[in-house]
Amino acid sequence: MAVMVKDYKRSFKKVNEIIESYGRNPVELVSILQEIQEEYRYLPEEILNYIATAMGISPSKVFGVATFYENFSLEPKGKYIIKVCDGTACHVKNSMDLLNALQKKLKLKDGQKTTKDMMFTLETASCLGACGLAPVMVINEEVYGKVTPEKAEKIIDEIMKREGNSDDKNN
Amino acid sequence: MKTLKINGKVVSFKNEKNLLEVIRKAGIKLPTFCYHSELSIYGACRMCLVEEKKKGLIAACSTPPKEGMEIKTHTLKLQKQRRMTLELLLAEHDRECTTCEKNADCKLRELAANLGIENIRFKRKDKKLPIDDSSPSIVRDPNKCILCGDCVRMCEEVQGIGVIGFAYRGSNTVVTPAFNKKLSEVDCVDCGQCAAVCPTGALTIKSQIDRVWEAINNDDKIVIAQIAPAVKVAFGEAFGLKPGHSTEHLIVSALKTMGINKVFDTCFAADLTVMEESKEFVERLSKGEKLPQFTSCCPAWVKFVELNYPSFIDNLSSCRSPQQMFGSFAKNYYPKELGVSRDDVFVVSIMPCTAKKAEACREEFISNGDPDVDAVITTQELIKMVKEAGIVFDDLKEEPFDMPFGFATGSGLIFGATGGVAESVIRMLDEEVKEFKDVRGLDGLKEAKVAKNGKDIKIAVVHGLKNARKLLEKIKAGKAEYDFIEVMACPGGCVGGAGQPQPNNAESRIERALGLYNSDNKIQLIRASDNPMVQKLYEKWLKTPDSGLSHKYLHTCYRPRRRIEGSDIKFSAEKSKMNIKICIGTSCYLNGSYDLFKEVDKKIKQDNLEDRVNLEATFCLENCNGSPSVEVNGKIIDKANKEKIFMLIDELI
Repeated sequence: MAVMVKDYKRSFKKVNEIIESYGRNPVELVSILQEIQEEYRYLPEEILNYIATAMGISPSKVFGVATFYENFSLEPKGKYIIKVCDGTACHVKNSMDLLNALQKKLKLKDGQKTTKDMMFTLETASCLGACGLAPVMVINEEVYGKVTPEKAEKIIDEIMKREGNSDDKNN
Repeated sequence: MKTLKINGKVVSFKNEKNLLEVIRKAGIKLPTFCYHSELSIYGACRMCLVEEKKKGLIAACSTPPKEGMEIKTHTLKLQKQRRMTLELLLAEHDRECTTCEKNADCKLRELAANLGIENIRFKRKDKKLPIDDSSPSIVRDPNKCILCGDCVRMCEEVQGIGVIGFAYRGSNTVVTPAFNKKLSEVDCVDCGQCAAVCPTGALTIKSQIDRVWEAINNDDKIVIAQIAPAVKVAFGEAFGLKPGHSTEHLIVSALKTMGINKVFDTCFAADLTVMEESKEFVERLSKGEKLPQFTSCCPAWVKFVELNYPSFIDNLSSCRSPQQMFGSFAKNYYPKELGVSRDDVFVVSIMPCTAKKAEACREEFISNGDPDVDAVITTQELIKMVKEAGIVFDDLKEEPFDMPFGFATGSGLIFGATGGVAESVIRMLDEEVKEFKDVRGLDGLKEAKVAKNGKDIKIAVVHGLKNARKLLEKIKAGKAEYDFIEVMACPGGCVGGAGQPQPNNAESRIERALGLYNSDNKIQLIRASDNPMVQKLYEKWLKTPDSGLSHKYLHTCYRPRRRIEGSDIKFSAEKSKMNIKICIGTSCYLNGSYDLFKEVDKKIKQDNLEDRVNLEATFCLENCNGSPSVEVNGKIIDKANKEKIFMLIDELI
């Protein structure tokens, strides 16, 4: 969790700037949450409480909005967010095999989405709108088309190498 | 006069805000789950669907009536639709009806019977969500929730708090406190109005019936009951009497039949409260301090101030509520009169209120582990006990209260309605006053003036915590000024408490209040100071109002409370010499704690102290009077500023 502590330090100062930039207007809650999530990579409970206090709305309302949208996460996410498309086109092109291979590679157990070193988060998406490239996977902003399990493993290996992290440490 | 047709019959309408009201006025009871005339319109339950000739199926609650509409309320299509909706709701619902707290007045069960649901075609959901019974007053069972949102809107629109809200989406939607916390971990004030509007058993009142039966069956205990005024005018509703019908002597009789040893009147304690509170008010008025004085009879209101408006804590009257004053003399004085010890006495309160259950648990009212009030049951629980005991209501013969605490003036009686406490205090301030109608009725804010020593005393009365919040904001902004303010959390005051029988709507509240005022009219003594038994209690025990003894036994203190449990926001390394926690709760936030945080953080950076100073932001150090508050190595610093904190950093590092 050492990475996250550093992140907190950097981020909290920005929370108020974000809230102020929207004039503390509760109507802008979704936009505020989006920016907060960009900063923290997820929506920490204590920050949501702080937002409620600063904006004069109830924490239950902030929680309601934060849990309504699929894109918001209340769990910490990894530095690299991998989205495997499981829309119809990708599904018939064996996207589940790809997902299983990634789960195995990242040593994610049942229901676990994020690696313990907070490096990777593995998710599925219903459709990424790039069906011509099926099966598709996106890592952060980068799109990878026609991905085979082997190709995916290679991509992960490269990231791990770049981050100075070997396969063994990641569990 | 405009008209429309309902099932072929011409019906006229005027200002009805929606079709539902017109249809109900025409004598057709359309079913609803999510419609309450006092809450905003939600249109979610689809039970009030009707068929309009041109528009087809429409929800009557969210459609305004229009000239010439042709409405049908029970076509085959509609019946099929309603049954289907109900079946879907029931498929999701935990249908253990026989053991459900709400079984007697569950709207879902009633509608299923009325609509003739015999079979549920859909597969039952087998996922069980955990039940939250952490609160002393309310139990939340999400497995019985039908997502009508009545509780959410009640808490937000009427009480202005928003403890619970909708979370997640689609089939995963739940009504829950923020972050799925328990009710005891968030800013719930225990008023129970959510449970009062809940059509099912998803929100219920925590029962203490068993505790009372245990005491009754324990031969070593002298069981003493007190009955609150609002209970007297509502109890009979369960047995076919109209709201407002006073049944106090029948309740006494029922309690005696159950085996309760002494039955007293909370109105006696209310008289005592008025003695103390008016003395306290006159004192504050002459010194010109801690004004406006807020009443403190309503525990939900008291907790609301502690949670949300800590800067007004000193304005609360230090008087205990009538329930707790009763508990105090029943446990500290009365046993000596009887020649027994405190442990031999068991005090049960019968209240219209759920927050009273929480009040009885407050640490201020517990001595050496023994609470002044041992059990609190609501009017509804009393009704259940009467039925459980097999007591035939019609056969009850009126019985008088026991003495000495069974004697009350009209002043104590009207405590049960909004404005009652204010009126009682006014009666003490002005000997001429008999009835003071300016503070009666269901207006959200009532204002009045009384002349005293050539000066006008300005009085305000509010009920419903949203109204209280509005008033406090006005006072904070300097836009309103009063000397005395009565606040009751529930709409209508205690007569509209969440523990009262259903229906607990505006009509019932008006009738119940009227019942109290009628009884007040019949009583000769209308001023608390005229109560001879109260006078005797002062002679024998307390000496004078507002004295040292009365402060020990009849007054209390309050403290700021944290609104939500949760972890602090951490910033720097864990191994450090100095720990600084800056409070960013509401009160401190408004007093500039965030700017202070920025300054301290800047200094830590500038002086390269990042490894030695651990800076955290925390939600409420419960020291709101000293806001902005900062905790340095476990010690709280009041009214912190950057100079104070910088000095400490320089000193310690």
